[in-house]
Amino acid sequence: MADTISASGALDAVSVTLTVNGETRSIDIPPTVTLLDLLRERFHLTGAKKGCDQGQCGACTVMVDGRRVNSCLQLAVMKDGAEITTIEGLGTPDSLHPLQAAFVKHDAFQCGYCTPGQICSAAGMIAEGHATTAAEIRELMSGNLCRCGAYTNIVEAIEEVMGAERAPKLEAAE
Amino acid sequence: MMNFSYTRATSVGEAIQAVVQDPQARFIAGGTNLVDLMKYNVERPGRLVDITRLPLDRIEETPGGGLKIGALVPNSDLAYDERIERDYPLLSSAILAGASAQLRNAATTGGNLLQRTRCYYFYDVGTPCNKREPGSGCPARTGVNRIHAILGASDACIATHPSDMCVALAALGATVHVEGPDGERTIPFSDFHRLPGSEPEKDNTLSRGEIVTAVELPKPRFGKNHTYLKLRDRLSYAFALVSVAAAIELDGDVIGEARLALGGVAHKPWRDEAAEASLKGKLPSSSAFEEAGDIVLRNAKGHGHNDFKIELARRAIARALGQAAAGTPQVQANKSIN
Repeated sequence: MADTISASGALDAVSVTLTVNGETRSIDIPPTVTLLDLLRERFHLTGAKKGCDQGQCGACTVMVDGRRVNSCLQLAVMKDGAEITTIEGLGTPDSLHPLQAAFVKHDAFQCGYCTPGQICSAAGMIAEGHATTAAEIRELMSGNLCRCGAYTNIVEAIEEVMGAERAPKLEAAE
Repeated sequence: MMNFSYTRATSVGEAIQAVVQDPQARFIAGGTNLVDLMKYNVERPGRLVDITRLPLDRIEETPGGGLKIGALVPNSDLAYDERIERDYPLLSSAILAGASAQLRNAATTGGNLLQRTRCYYFYDVGTPCNKREPGSGCPARTGVNRIHAILGASDACIATHPSDMCVALAALGATVHVEGPDGERTIPFSDFHRLPGSEPEKDNTLSRGEIVTAVELPKPRFGKNHTYLKLRDRLSYAFALVSVAAAIELDGDVIGEARLALGGVAHKPWRDEAAEASLKGKLPSSSAFEEAGDIVLRNAKGHGHNDFKIELARRAIARALGQAAAGTPQVQANKSIN
Protein backbone atom coordinates (compact mmCIF):
# COMPACT_ATOMS: atom_id res chain seq x y z
CA MET A 1 0.00 0.00 0.00
CA ALA A 2 1.08 3.51 -0.66
CA ASP A 3 2.02 5.29 2.49
CA THR A 4 -0.50 8.11 2.29
CA ILE A 5 0.81 10.47 4.85
CA SER A 6 -1.64 13.30 4.34
CA ALA A 7 -4.84 12.12 2.74
CA SER A 8 -6.94 15.26 2.79
CA GLY A 9 -5.90 18.29 4.78
CA ALA A 10 -2.90 19.64 2.97
CA LEU A 11 -1.61 21.34 6.08
CA ASP A 12 -1.53 18.07 8.01
CA ALA A 13 1.81 17.67 9.67
CA VAL A 14 3.87 14.66 8.75
CA SER A 15 6.42 13.01 10.98
CA VAL A 16 10.02 13.11 9.79
CA THR A 17 13.04 11.53 11.43
CA LEU A 18 16.51 12.63 10.38
CA THR A 19 20.00 12.19 11.69
CA VAL A 20 21.47 15.68 11.75
CA ASN A 21 25.18 15.96 12.50
CA GLY A 22 25.06 12.59 14.21
CA GLU A 23 22.00 13.30 16.33
CA THR A 24 18.66 11.61 15.57
CA ARG A 25 15.82 14.11 15.51
CA SER A 26 12.09 13.65 14.89
CA ILE A 27 9.64 16.42 14.14
CA ASP A 28 6.14 16.94 12.74
CA ILE A 29 6.14 19.37 9.82
CA PRO A 30 3.90 20.28 6.85
CA PRO A 31 5.08 18.63 3.60
CA THR A 32 5.85 22.05 2.14
CA VAL A 33 8.83 22.56 4.47
CA THR A 34 12.17 22.38 2.67
CA LEU A 35 15.19 20.78 4.26
CA LEU A 36 16.78 24.23 4.46
CA ASP A 37 13.84 25.71 6.36
CA LEU A 38 13.72 22.67 8.65
CA LEU A 39 17.39 23.07 9.51
CA ARG A 40 17.25 26.81 9.99
CA GLU A 41 13.80 27.52 11.40
CA ARG A 42 13.03 24.37 13.40
CA PHE A 43 16.45 22.99 14.34
CA HIS A 44 18.07 26.45 14.57
CA LEU A 45 21.09 25.34 12.57
CA THR A 46 21.58 28.61 10.75
CA GLY A 47 24.92 27.81 9.13
CA ALA A 48 23.31 26.82 5.84
CA LYS A 49 22.12 30.08 4.29
CA LYS A 50 19.07 31.01 2.28
CA GLY A 51 20.53 32.93 -0.63
CA CYS A 52 18.35 32.58 -3.72
CA ASP A 53 16.05 29.78 -2.45
CA GLN A 54 15.96 28.55 -6.08
CA GLY A 55 19.00 26.28 -6.35
CA GLN A 56 21.04 28.90 -8.16
CA CYS A 57 23.56 30.13 -5.55
CA GLY A 58 24.69 27.14 -3.47
CA ALA A 59 24.63 28.99 -0.12
CA CYS A 60 22.29 26.31 1.28
CA THR A 61 24.57 23.38 0.37
CA VAL A 62 24.55 20.53 2.91
CA MET A 63 25.37 16.83 2.71
CA VAL A 64 22.50 14.36 2.48
CA ASP A 65 23.67 10.78 2.94
CA GLY A 66 27.16 11.99 2.15
CA ARG A 67 26.29 13.86 -1.06
CA ARG A 68 26.26 17.63 -1.42
CA VAL A 69 22.88 19.02 -2.47
CA ASN A 70 20.98 22.31 -2.44
CA SER A 71 18.87 21.98 0.72
CA CYS A 72 16.47 24.69 -0.54
CA LEU A 73 15.25 22.31 -3.28
CA GLN A 74 14.78 19.28 -1.04
CA LEU A 75 11.44 18.69 0.63
CA ALA A 76 12.25 17.55 4.17
CA VAL A 77 9.47 14.95 4.16
CA MET A 78 11.16 13.16 1.26
CA LYS A 79 14.41 12.87 3.25
CA ASP A 80 12.84 10.85 6.08
CA GLY A 81 15.56 8.54 7.41
CA ALA A 82 18.46 10.43 5.81
CA GLU A 83 21.72 11.49 7.40
CA ILE A 84 22.34 15.22 7.12
CA THR A 85 25.63 16.99 7.70
CA THR A 86 25.68 20.78 7.92
CA ILE A 87 28.58 23.15 8.44
CA GLU A 88 27.91 22.84 12.19
CA GLY A 89 28.69 19.13 11.89
CA LEU A 90 31.95 19.57 9.99
CA GLY A 91 33.92 21.50 12.60
CA THR A 92 33.64 23.68 15.70
CA PRO A 93 35.33 26.95 16.62
CA ASP A 94 37.72 24.97 18.82
CA SER A 95 38.29 22.22 16.31
CA LEU A 96 38.08 23.54 12.77
CA HIS A 97 37.61 21.24 9.81
CA PRO A 98 40.73 21.46 7.58
CA LEU A 99 38.65 23.32 4.97
CA GLN A 100 37.51 25.85 7.57
CA ALA A 101 41.11 26.41 8.68
CA ALA A 102 42.26 26.75 5.07
CA PHE A 103 39.49 29.26 4.28
CA VAL A 104 40.66 31.38 7.24
CA LYS A 105 44.31 31.05 6.25
CA HIS A 106 43.70 31.98 2.61
CA ASP A 107 41.16 34.73 3.35
CA ALA A 108 38.72 32.82 1.16
CA PHE A 109 35.75 35.08 1.92
CA GLN A 110 34.80 38.65 2.47
CA CYS A 111 31.25 38.90 3.83
CA GLY A 112 31.12 35.18 4.66
CA TYR A 113 27.52 34.58 3.62
CA CYS A 114 28.37 31.95 0.99
CA THR A 115 31.12 30.35 3.10
CA PRO A 116 29.19 27.53 4.84
CA GLY A 117 27.87 26.44 1.45
CA GLN A 118 31.30 26.75 -0.14
CA ILE A 119 32.88 24.61 2.56
CA CYS A 120 30.16 21.92 2.54
CA SER A 121 30.38 21.87 -1.25
CA ALA A 122 34.17 21.59 -1.18
CA ALA A 123 33.95 18.74 1.33
CA GLY A 124 31.50 17.01 -0.99
CA MET A 125 33.68 17.62 -4.02
CA ILE A 126 36.77 16.18 -2.32
CA ALA A 127 34.79 13.09 -1.28
CA GLU A 128 33.54 12.67 -4.86
CA GLY A 129 37.14 12.58 -6.06
CA HIS A 130 36.72 13.96 -9.59
CA ALA A 131 38.76 17.17 -9.24
CA THR A 132 42.53 17.14 -9.52
CA THR A 133 43.36 20.49 -11.15
CA ALA A 134 42.45 24.09 -10.35
CA ALA A 135 40.33 24.19 -13.51
CA GLU A 136 38.42 21.11 -12.35
CA ILE A 137 37.94 22.61 -8.87
CA ARG A 138 36.52 25.75 -10.47
CA GLU A 139 34.16 23.75 -12.69
CA LEU A 140 32.97 21.44 -9.92
CA MET A 141 32.53 24.35 -7.47
CA SER A 142 30.59 26.41 -9.99
CA GLY A 143 27.33 25.75 -8.12
CA ASN A 144 28.55 28.03 -5.31
CA LEU A 145 28.43 31.71 -6.12
CA CYS A 146 30.47 34.27 -4.15
CA ARG A 147 29.16 37.76 -4.60
CA CYS A 148 32.31 39.21 -3.04
CA GLY A 149 34.37 37.46 -5.70
CA ALA A 150 36.72 35.52 -3.40
CA TYR A 151 37.03 32.72 -5.95
CA THR A 152 40.81 32.86 -6.32
CA ASN A 153 41.34 32.36 -2.59
CA ILE A 154 38.58 29.76 -2.34
CA VAL A 155 40.33 27.67 -4.99
CA GLU A 156 43.66 28.08 -3.21
CA ALA A 157 42.16 27.00 0.12
CA ILE A 158 40.61 23.90 -1.45
CA GLU A 159 43.82 23.08 -3.32
CA GLU A 160 45.76 23.19 -0.09
CA VAL A 161 43.40 20.78 1.64
CA MET A 162 43.36 18.46 -1.36
CA GLY A 163 47.15 18.54 -1.48
CA ALA A 164 47.34 17.63 2.19
CA GLU A 165 44.89 14.80 1.71
CA ARG A 166 46.74 13.46 -1.30
CA ALA A 167 50.18 13.54 0.29
CA PRO A 168 49.80 10.54 2.62
CA LYS A 169 48.37 8.43 -0.21
CA LEU A 170 51.34 9.27 -2.43
CA GLU A 171 53.73 8.29 0.32
CA ALA A 172 51.86 5.07 0.89
CA ALA A 173 52.12 4.26 -2.79
CA GLU A 174 55.90 4.67 -2.86
CA MET B 1 4.35 27.39 -2.32
CA MET B 2 0.79 26.06 -2.40
CA ASN B 3 0.01 23.38 0.17
CA PHE B 4 -0.18 19.81 -1.02
CA SER B 5 -0.72 16.29 0.21
CA TYR B 6 2.11 13.83 0.17
CA THR B 7 2.10 10.18 -0.84
CA ARG B 8 5.14 7.95 -0.78
CA ALA B 9 4.82 5.21 -3.40
CA THR B 10 6.32 1.79 -2.80
CA SER B 11 5.80 0.35 -6.29
CA VAL B 12 5.53 1.70 -9.82
CA GLY B 13 1.92 0.48 -10.04
CA GLU B 14 1.01 2.31 -6.85
CA ALA B 15 2.60 5.50 -8.07
CA ILE B 16 0.65 5.33 -11.33
CA GLN B 17 -2.62 4.67 -9.50
CA ALA B 18 -2.02 7.57 -7.11
CA VAL B 19 -1.59 9.98 -10.02
CA VAL B 20 -4.46 8.53 -12.06
CA GLN B 21 -6.83 8.81 -9.08
CA ASP B 22 -6.00 12.43 -8.29
CA PRO B 23 -6.09 14.91 -11.19
CA GLN B 24 -4.07 17.37 -9.07
CA ALA B 25 -1.28 14.87 -8.38
CA ARG B 26 2.25 14.98 -9.77
CA PHE B 27 5.20 12.60 -9.49
CA ILE B 28 8.26 13.94 -7.72
CA ALA B 29 11.80 12.52 -7.67
CA GLY B 30 14.87 14.79 -7.42
CA GLY B 31 12.63 17.84 -7.20
CA THR B 32 15.31 20.17 -8.54
CA ASN B 33 12.90 21.65 -11.08
CA LEU B 34 9.46 20.90 -9.64
CA VAL B 35 10.16 22.36 -6.18
CA ASP B 36 11.66 25.42 -7.83
CA LEU B 37 8.54 25.86 -9.99
CA MET B 38 6.28 25.31 -6.97
CA LYS B 39 8.02 28.17 -5.17
CA TYR B 40 7.19 30.41 -8.14
CA ASN B 41 3.58 29.10 -8.14
CA VAL B 42 4.11 28.00 -11.75
CA GLU B 43 3.40 24.43 -10.65
CA ARG B 44 0.65 24.02 -8.07
CA PRO B 45 0.12 20.29 -7.52
CA GLY B 46 -2.47 19.33 -4.93
CA ARG B 47 -0.59 16.11 -4.23
CA LEU B 48 2.97 14.96 -4.68
CA VAL B 49 3.61 11.29 -5.25
CA ASP B 50 7.16 10.60 -4.11
CA ILE B 51 8.73 7.97 -6.37
CA THR B 52 12.25 8.12 -4.93
CA ARG B 53 11.86 4.83 -3.05
CA LEU B 54 11.01 2.83 -6.19
CA PRO B 55 13.56 0.28 -7.43
CA LEU B 56 14.54 2.24 -10.55
CA ASP B 57 18.07 3.16 -9.56
CA ARG B 58 20.16 0.61 -11.45
CA ILE B 59 22.17 0.70 -14.66
CA GLU B 60 21.89 -2.70 -16.32
CA GLU B 61 23.44 -4.22 -19.40
CA THR B 62 20.97 -5.20 -22.13
CA PRO B 63 21.09 -8.37 -24.26
CA GLY B 64 21.76 -6.15 -27.29
CA GLY B 65 25.01 -4.84 -25.82
CA GLY B 66 23.58 -1.53 -24.63
CA LEU B 67 22.67 -0.16 -21.22
CA LYS B 68 19.33 0.36 -19.52
CA ILE B 69 19.48 3.30 -17.13
CA GLY B 70 16.89 3.35 -14.35
CA ALA B 71 14.86 6.54 -14.18
CA LEU B 72 16.06 7.30 -10.64
CA VAL B 73 19.80 7.08 -11.35
CA PRO B 74 21.15 10.49 -10.33
CA ASN B 75 22.71 12.57 -13.09
CA SER B 76 26.09 12.53 -11.32
CA ASP B 77 26.12 8.74 -10.87
CA LEU B 78 25.29 8.34 -14.54
CA ALA B 79 27.97 10.77 -15.72
CA TYR B 80 30.67 9.07 -13.65
CA ASP B 81 29.54 5.46 -14.16
CA GLU B 82 32.61 3.72 -15.59
CA ARG B 83 30.60 2.07 -18.40
CA ILE B 84 29.15 5.43 -19.41
CA GLU B 85 32.55 7.15 -19.23
CA ARG B 86 34.13 4.39 -21.32
CA ASP B 87 31.42 3.58 -23.87
CA TYR B 88 29.20 6.68 -23.97
CA PRO B 89 31.57 9.58 -23.23
CA LEU B 90 29.32 11.94 -25.21
CA LEU B 91 26.56 11.34 -22.66
CA SER B 92 28.90 11.75 -19.71
CA SER B 93 30.25 15.01 -21.11
CA ALA B 94 26.79 16.44 -21.83
CA ILE B 95 25.61 15.69 -18.29
CA LEU B 96 28.69 17.35 -16.80
CA ALA B 97 28.09 20.41 -18.98
CA GLY B 98 24.75 20.95 -17.26
CA ALA B 99 23.72 22.44 -13.91
CA SER B 100 26.03 22.21 -10.88
CA ALA B 101 27.48 19.30 -8.95
CA GLN B 102 24.87 19.72 -6.22
CA LEU B 103 22.00 19.68 -8.71
CA ARG B 104 23.44 16.69 -10.58
CA ASN B 105 23.64 14.81 -7.27
CA ALA B 106 19.92 15.32 -6.69
CA ALA B 107 18.50 15.32 -10.23
CA THR B 108 17.45 12.01 -11.77
CA THR B 109 17.62 10.54 -15.26
CA GLY B 110 13.84 10.58 -15.72
CA GLY B 111 13.54 14.04 -14.22
CA ASN B 112 16.13 15.41 -16.60
CA LEU B 113 13.88 14.43 -19.50
CA LEU B 114 10.89 16.05 -17.80
CA GLN B 115 12.40 19.38 -16.80
CA ARG B 116 10.46 22.37 -18.05
CA THR B 117 11.54 25.38 -20.05
CA ARG B 118 13.46 28.25 -18.51
CA CYS B 119 11.53 30.85 -20.52
CA TYR B 120 11.30 33.98 -18.35
CA TYR B 121 7.60 34.38 -19.09
CA PHE B 122 6.79 30.78 -18.23
CA TYR B 123 8.39 31.39 -14.83
CA ASP B 124 6.60 34.71 -14.20
CA VAL B 125 2.98 34.12 -13.20
CA GLY B 126 2.35 37.84 -13.60
CA THR B 127 2.63 37.52 -17.39
CA PRO B 128 0.65 35.53 -19.96
CA CYS B 129 2.15 32.25 -21.19
CA ASN B 130 0.52 29.69 -23.46
CA LYS B 131 2.56 26.89 -21.92
CA ARG B 132 1.58 27.76 -18.35
CA GLU B 133 -1.94 28.99 -19.12
CA PRO B 134 -3.11 27.82 -22.57
CA GLY B 135 -4.67 30.58 -24.64
CA SER B 136 -3.28 33.45 -22.59
CA GLY B 137 -0.68 34.49 -25.18
CA CYS B 138 3.09 34.48 -25.71
CA PRO B 139 4.88 37.68 -24.64
CA ALA B 140 8.25 36.15 -25.58
CA ARG B 141 7.58 36.48 -29.32
CA THR B 142 7.82 40.25 -29.14
CA GLY B 143 9.50 40.57 -25.76
CA VAL B 144 12.86 39.57 -24.32
CA ASN B 145 13.73 36.44 -26.26
CA ARG B 146 17.51 36.11 -26.14
CA ILE B 147 17.31 32.51 -24.89
CA HIS B 148 14.46 31.40 -27.11
CA ALA B 149 13.96 29.01 -30.02
CA ILE B 150 15.17 29.50 -33.59
CA LEU B 151 13.88 26.15 -34.87
CA GLY B 152 10.49 24.48 -34.75
CA ALA B 153 8.74 27.25 -32.82
CA SER B 154 5.08 28.16 -33.32
CA ASP B 155 2.93 31.25 -33.01
CA ALA B 156 1.89 29.93 -29.62
CA CYS B 157 5.32 29.29 -28.10
CA ILE B 158 9.02 29.92 -28.73
CA ALA B 159 10.35 28.25 -25.57
CA THR B 160 13.34 25.90 -25.56
CA HIS B 161 13.99 22.63 -23.76
CA PRO B 162 16.83 23.28 -21.30
CA SER B 163 18.48 19.86 -20.99
CA ASP B 164 22.04 19.04 -22.02
CA MET B 165 21.77 15.33 -21.26
CA CYS B 166 18.80 14.99 -23.61
CA VAL B 167 20.78 16.42 -26.52
CA ALA B 168 23.30 13.61 -26.18
CA LEU B 169 20.51 11.03 -25.76
CA ALA B 170 18.91 12.30 -28.97
CA ALA B 171 22.21 12.02 -30.85
CA LEU B 172 22.85 8.52 -29.49
CA GLY B 173 19.38 7.31 -30.48
CA ALA B 174 18.21 6.33 -27.00
CA THR B 175 14.84 4.76 -26.20
CA VAL B 176 12.59 5.81 -23.32
CA HIS B 177 10.80 3.09 -21.34
CA VAL B 178 7.54 4.19 -19.76
CA GLU B 179 4.80 2.51 -17.76
CA GLY B 180 1.26 3.76 -17.34
CA PRO B 181 -2.32 2.74 -16.60
CA ASP B 182 -2.40 0.86 -19.93
CA GLY B 183 0.86 -0.98 -19.40
CA GLU B 184 4.41 -0.56 -20.61
CA ARG B 185 5.67 0.93 -23.87
CA THR B 186 8.86 2.33 -25.39
CA ILE B 187 9.28 5.67 -27.13
CA PRO B 188 12.15 6.51 -29.51
CA PHE B 189 13.98 9.49 -28.01
CA SER B 190 13.18 11.76 -30.95
CA ASP B 191 9.46 11.15 -30.35
CA PHE B 192 9.55 11.70 -26.59
CA HIS B 193 9.67 15.49 -26.61
CA ARG B 194 7.44 17.43 -28.98
CA LEU B 195 7.28 20.74 -30.80
CA PRO B 196 4.91 23.33 -29.34
CA GLY B 197 2.46 23.65 -32.24
CA SER B 198 -0.89 24.80 -30.90
CA GLU B 199 -0.48 22.86 -27.63
CA PRO B 200 2.67 24.22 -25.98
CA GLU B 201 1.39 23.09 -22.59
CA LYS B 202 2.46 19.59 -23.64
CA ASP B 203 6.23 19.23 -23.38
CA ASN B 204 6.27 15.56 -24.32
CA THR B 205 4.19 12.64 -25.54
CA LEU B 206 3.52 11.01 -22.17
CA SER B 207 -0.10 10.33 -21.24
CA ARG B 208 -1.60 11.13 -17.85
CA GLY B 209 -0.26 8.69 -15.25
CA GLU B 210 2.63 7.46 -17.36
CA ILE B 211 5.98 7.31 -15.59
CA VAL B 212 9.43 7.11 -17.14
CA THR B 213 11.02 3.92 -15.82
CA ALA B 214 14.27 3.78 -17.79
CA VAL B 215 16.30 5.17 -20.66
CA GLU B 216 17.95 2.58 -22.89
CA LEU B 217 21.14 3.20 -24.84
CA PRO B 218 21.94 1.19 -27.98
CA LYS B 219 25.24 -0.64 -28.36
CA PRO B 220 28.15 1.81 -28.04
CA ARG B 221 29.64 3.39 -31.18
CA PHE B 222 31.71 6.36 -32.32
CA GLY B 223 34.80 5.74 -30.12
CA LYS B 224 36.66 9.01 -29.56
CA ASN B 225 34.90 10.78 -32.43
CA HIS B 226 32.37 12.77 -30.48
CA THR B 227 31.96 16.05 -28.64
CA TYR B 228 29.49 18.05 -26.62
CA LEU B 229 30.09 21.74 -27.24
CA LYS B 230 28.04 24.10 -25.10
CA LEU B 231 27.99 27.88 -25.53
CA ARG B 232 26.41 30.09 -22.87
CA ASP B 233 26.50 33.51 -21.26
CA ARG B 234 29.00 32.46 -18.58
CA LEU B 235 31.60 29.72 -18.54
CA SER B 236 29.81 27.31 -16.25
CA TYR B 237 26.49 26.71 -14.53
CA ALA B 238 24.26 28.35 -17.13
CA PHE B 239 21.78 27.04 -19.67
CA ALA B 240 22.91 26.71 -23.26
CA LEU B 241 22.36 29.46 -25.77
CA VAL B 242 23.42 26.85 -28.30
CA SER B 243 24.85 23.41 -27.68
CA VAL B 244 25.88 20.72 -30.14
CA ALA B 245 26.24 16.97 -29.66
CA ALA B 246 28.21 15.50 -32.54
CA ALA B 247 29.43 11.98 -33.20
CA ILE B 248 31.11 10.51 -36.24
CA GLU B 249 31.93 6.97 -37.33
CA LEU B 250 34.75 6.98 -39.85
CA ASP B 251 34.81 4.44 -42.66
CA GLY B 252 38.41 4.61 -43.78
CA ASP B 253 38.97 8.23 -44.67
CA VAL B 254 35.33 9.14 -45.14
CA ILE B 255 32.42 9.61 -42.77
CA GLY B 256 30.44 6.38 -42.48
CA GLU B 257 27.83 7.79 -40.17
CA ALA B 258 27.30 11.08 -38.37
CA ARG B 259 25.03 12.15 -35.55
CA LEU B 260 24.11 15.75 -34.93
CA ALA B 261 21.77 17.20 -32.32
CA LEU B 262 21.40 20.71 -30.90
CA GLY B 263 20.29 22.08 -27.55
CA GLY B 264 19.04 25.54 -26.62
CA VAL B 265 17.48 26.13 -30.03
CA ALA B 266 14.08 24.41 -29.96
CA HIS B 267 11.21 23.06 -27.85
CA LYS B 268 12.94 19.67 -27.98
CA PRO B 269 16.48 18.36 -28.48
CA TRP B 270 16.95 19.10 -32.19
CA ARG B 271 18.35 16.14 -34.07
CA ASP B 272 18.58 16.61 -37.83
CA GLU B 273 18.84 13.37 -39.80
CA ALA B 274 19.02 15.17 -43.16
CA ALA B 275 22.13 16.99 -42.01
CA GLU B 276 23.54 13.69 -40.74
CA ALA B 277 22.86 12.04 -44.11
CA SER B 278 24.60 14.90 -45.93
CA LEU B 279 27.86 13.98 -44.20
CA LYS B 280 27.78 10.31 -45.13
CA GLY B 281 30.50 9.29 -47.56
CA LYS B 282 32.26 12.66 -47.39
CA LEU B 283 35.77 13.42 -46.25
CA PRO B 284 35.71 15.31 -42.96
CA SER B 285 36.21 18.92 -44.05
CA SER B 286 35.12 22.43 -43.15
CA SER B 287 32.99 22.65 -46.26
CA ALA B 288 31.14 19.42 -45.43
CA PHE B 289 30.60 20.58 -41.85
CA GLU B 290 29.37 23.99 -42.94
CA GLU B 291 26.97 22.40 -45.40
CA ALA B 292 25.57 20.25 -42.58
CA GLY B 293 25.08 23.42 -40.54
CA ASP B 294 23.27 25.08 -43.42
CA ILE B 295 20.91 22.11 -43.60
CA VAL B 296 20.18 22.20 -39.85
CA LEU B 297 19.46 25.93 -40.02
CA ARG B 298 17.61 25.97 -43.34
CA ASN B 299 14.33 26.99 -41.66
CA ALA B 300 15.81 28.86 -38.69
CA LYS B 301 13.99 31.99 -37.63
CA GLY B 302 15.03 34.56 -35.05
CA HIS B 303 12.68 36.70 -33.00
CA GLY B 304 14.86 39.75 -32.42
CA HIS B 305 17.12 39.29 -29.42
CA ASN B 306 17.94 35.72 -30.39
CA ASP B 307 18.78 36.39 -34.05
CA PHE B 308 22.46 35.89 -33.18
CA LYS B 309 21.77 32.25 -32.34
CA ILE B 310 21.42 31.33 -36.01
CA GLU B 311 24.99 32.28 -36.86
CA LEU B 312 26.22 31.03 -33.48
CA ALA B 313 24.61 27.64 -34.14
CA ARG B 314 26.06 27.51 -37.67
CA ARG B 315 29.57 28.05 -36.34
CA ALA B 316 29.09 25.76 -33.33
CA ILE B 317 27.99 22.91 -35.60
CA ALA B 318 31.08 23.27 -37.80
CA ARG B 319 33.34 23.49 -34.76
CA ALA B 320 31.74 20.50 -33.02
CA LEU B 321 31.91 18.32 -36.11
CA GLY B 322 35.57 19.29 -36.42
CA GLN B 323 36.20 18.29 -32.81
CA ALA B 324 34.39 14.98 -33.34
CA ALA B 325 36.25 14.19 -36.55
CA ALA B 326 39.59 14.95 -34.93
CA GLY B 327 38.76 12.84 -31.87
CA THR B 328 39.36 15.83 -29.61
CA PRO B 329 36.12 16.22 -27.65
CA GLN B 330 35.49 19.37 -25.63
CA VAL B 331 36.52 18.87 -22.01
CA GLN B 332 33.93 20.58 -19.82
CA ALA B 333 36.47 21.91 -17.27
CA ASN B 334 38.51 23.42 -20.11
CA LYS B 335 36.99 26.76 -21.01
CA SER B 336 38.92 27.31 -24.22
CA ILE B 337 37.44 25.75 -27.34
CA ASN B 338 39.85 23.88 -29.60
